[in-house]
Amino acid sequence: MGVENNVLVSTVDWLINWSRKNSLFPVTFGLACCALEMMVASSAEYDIARFGAEVFRPSPRQSDLMIVAGTLTKKMAPIVRRIYEQMPNPKWVIAYGACASSGGIFRSYSVVQGVDQIIPVDVYIPGCPPRPEALLKGIMELQKKIQKETIKDRPLISLPGKSA
Amino acid sequence: MSDNTEYLEILSGKADGIEIVPTPPGEPSAMVDKNNIRETLDHCRYDRDLGFNMLVDMFAIDYNGEEPRFEIVYILRSQKTNARIVVKTRCGDEGIETVSDLWPAANFLEREIYDMYGLPFANHPDLRRIYNPDDFEGYPLRKEFPLEGKDFDKRFVVDLEKA
Repeated sequence: MGVENNVLVSTVDWLINWSRKNSLFPVTFGLACCALEMMVASSAEYDIARFGAEVFRPSPRQSDLMIVAGTLTKKMAPIVRRIYEQMPNPKWVIAYGACASSGGIFRSYSVVQGVDQIIPVDVYIPGCPPRPEALLKGIMELQKKIQKETIKDRPLISLPGKSA
Repeated sequence: MSDNTEYLEILSGKADGIEIVPTPPGEPSAMVDKNNIRETLDHCRYDRDLGFNMLVDMFAIDYNGEEPRFEIVYILRSQKTNARIVVKTRCGDEGIETVSDLWPAANFLEREIYDMYGLPFANHPDLRRIYNPDDFEGYPLRKEFPLEGKDFDKRFVVDLEKA
């Protein structure tokens, strides 16, 4: 019998989730026109910094959040998967826009019909493209989701490579 | 639209198998026999009174049911005289010879035609797919290719070892 089944972690959970959800650093990464709306969300007008998510990290190794903004082609899919695998745990994914969520208007041989076919998605944001407010709403929904998690599911320390 | 007939006439005096065809609504163009296309384009590129040093665009058209089936179009421009001509040729599945040694821009354009139509270009330095994944099956711009592609909505599996 392991120790982990005999320790109540509710207060620690709350503290860890609180710190995780208020410092969601997204990876600098955009695929198509939705990425422009994502950039606008980090401007002074919409100010994504209010949610602690303003630091677009230049490296996936320093990121917690992947905002897949735009059409994911089959040629690009292995690269996106590789960036996701390079991110250290804990990590979350937002599918931003109709194309990332479901393929959108591109019912085509060249487009992956939704990024959830290659990486696990936490929040879907519809729209073509969604307004920056929609991204802020999506981040707030993700924060609510993170607040309900427990460190039993997402360990405190873990190395990249293993998908959470 | 600029008049390019003088250049087409100069060109048709230099090689055989060149026919000047009207191309409504635009300017006339030179329809060249497939066996002479390489020699003709060499004249276009290097002759002093032609000197078309820029390959603006190069693309193929699938005239399904006609023989030969494909038309390949070269749009050339001279940066010295600002003239522009259109040179065309017809070929079948066997493809034609590359012009990437005359215009380096043709390298990627020929790869695009190979990717979309499956036409091989002889003596091309690096002929492989450019837009689609390397293991893609079929040639999307051919008329027999289904509009959405085969199995486009099947789950897409990523193999990082292979990629």
